[in-house]
Amino acid sequence: MQTSPEKILEPLEYKSEVRDLNFYYSEFNALKNINMVLHDKKITALIGPSGCGKSTFLRCFNRMHDLYPGNRYEGEIVLHPDNVNILAANVDPIEVRMRISMVFQKPNPFPKSIYENVAYGLRVRGIKQRAILDERVELALRNSALWDEVKDRQHDLAFNLSGGQQQRLCIARALATEPEILLFDEPTSALDPIATASIEELITDLKNKVTILIVTHNMQQAARVSDYTAYMYLGELIEFNVTDTIFIKPKYKQTEDYITGRFG
Amino acid sequence: MKSVNNLDEIRKIITHHKRLDLIFMITGIFALMIAIMTFMALFAQMLFDGMPRLSWDFFTSFPSRRAESAGILSAWVGTTLVMLVTAVSAVPLGIGSGIYLEEYAPKNFITEVIEINVTNLAGVPSIIYGLLALGLFVYQLGFGQSILAAGLALALLILPVVIVATREAIRSIPVTIREGAYALGATKWQTVSDHLLPYSAAGILTGIIIGLARAIGETAPIITIGALTFIAFLPPSPFKSEFPYISFEWLTAPFTVMPIQMFNWVSRPEEAFQLNAAAAGLVLVVMTLAMNGLAIYLRYRMRKNIKW
Repeated sequence: MQTSPEKILEPLEYKSEVRDLNFYYSEFNALKNINMVLHDKKITALIGPSGCGKSTFLRCFNRMHDLYPGNRYEGEIVLHPDNVNILAANVDPIEVRMRISMVFQKPNPFPKSIYENVAYGLRVRGIKQRAILDERVELALRNSALWDEVKDRQHDLAFNLSGGQQQRLCIARALATEPEILLFDEPTSALDPIATASIEELITDLKNKVTILIVTHNMQQAARVSDYTAYMYLGELIEFNVTDTIFIKPKYKQTEDYITGRFG
Repeated sequence: MKSVNNLDEIRKIITHHKRLDLIFMITGIFALMIAIMTFMALFAQMLFDGMPRLSWDFFTSFPSRRAESAGILSAWVGTTLVMLVTAVSAVPLGIGSGIYLEEYAPKNFITEVIEINVTNLAGVPSIIYGLLALGLFVYQLGFGQSILAAGLALALLILPVVIVATREAIRSIPVTIREGAYALGATKWQTVSDHLLPYSAAGILTGIIIGLARAIGETAPIITIGALTFIAFLPPSPFKSEFPYISFEWLTAPFTVMPIQMFNWVSRPEEAFQLNAAAAGLVLVVMTLAMNGLAIYLRYRMRKNIKW
């Protein structure tokens, strides 16, 4: 059943609102006055040519930029339902990262066992009881469609998994702590087409459980998995709308040019 | 115009270039041989001279006026105890400093100056450390000409090695692993203790062992602080029969170490003492090689599960 764009936009339940966001790497203004929303339990895709700031934007959501000196945020990213601005100076970035998980571009499992990889986020939270850890690890591995493949070798080293399995392990690791938002930074760019398909399927399955923001350089991927798409260019948000609208009837010529491959 | 793709010409040029390759290869092998042969010759000479002197008695006897009954008991015990003090003090200080500089220190002018200095400290002549230790540990702090003072002097000497090794080992961990830990909500200390330290342990350990292997052969700073060359007794035992069963008296005992024992024997005119020196040298070289071998083995073992 084809839903009209207006209908999808209707349940205005926002998980997060971005208001006048500016981001600076020292003096360089990498993100300019960004305003957009993340719909609860939907998938939002960020697309745009290399260097447009989409990864920079994504990394604002878990305050990753705080790890490096000289970075500065202006504006707000408000997280609902408690209405807290996660960029505020008095909000601890560690608290933000506990609420918002991230999956990176290249699979980055720790050189530990499969089990310990998934359990790490829980251990950071001080969970030590074996039964709880076992249960959460299994649930996360099931939710990331990895359980059947690894249930008998959870104590094997994570590096022995294939690239696609490693990335699903990283998704399990991010899911184990029940995040409110899951960030994906080009999660399939280091994977082969078959592994990519399985990750995309997994992301689609996850959307009923968690709000997702995904950066992708692959427009087909954005079209396939996302409900909303934002097109960025040179640090600005050019257009943000329901994915179908962006891909079928974009408002701006620039968006259309990028989507049709005339530039980028 | 003549074509540049004349096959005969090309073949001639390739032959010429291959000849240059060959010449360089031969030069390279020659250079390598000089280095290896020199070491082999030295080692063989020492083996030849020293081997007949090596016996159980050589390890269990004190030095003596008679060359044939002299041994290295006080020297190897001294070396072992000094190394113990060195390791116990340099390892935590070095790893701690390395972690701080790499993970915690703000990147500003002051830390940059400190970093450059730490790297340069590794190149300061060892006798300078001896002078420092003489002034600071022997006189100022009143440790005297003791195992403690010598161990601390050598600890200062290898501290830069441990710091640099720690920093390089931590730096070789990919940034994605570090970010992966932070992204799960880990604090700095959790990231360091759960990830960075375990993953860099092999590199740090290698640095420690290489530092200790350097310290074990150091003579100048030990002579500077006044180690004795002739010691016919052992420091008090660290273990006691009554409570608290452990004693630190040995820390303040006078001592000698392997290279000083060698130096003492070499400076004797009698031929027999030269053979003793060669035998002690053999023991010292084997100790050093064993430490380096251990470093290689540990690095291999601990890195087996880490691929990046």
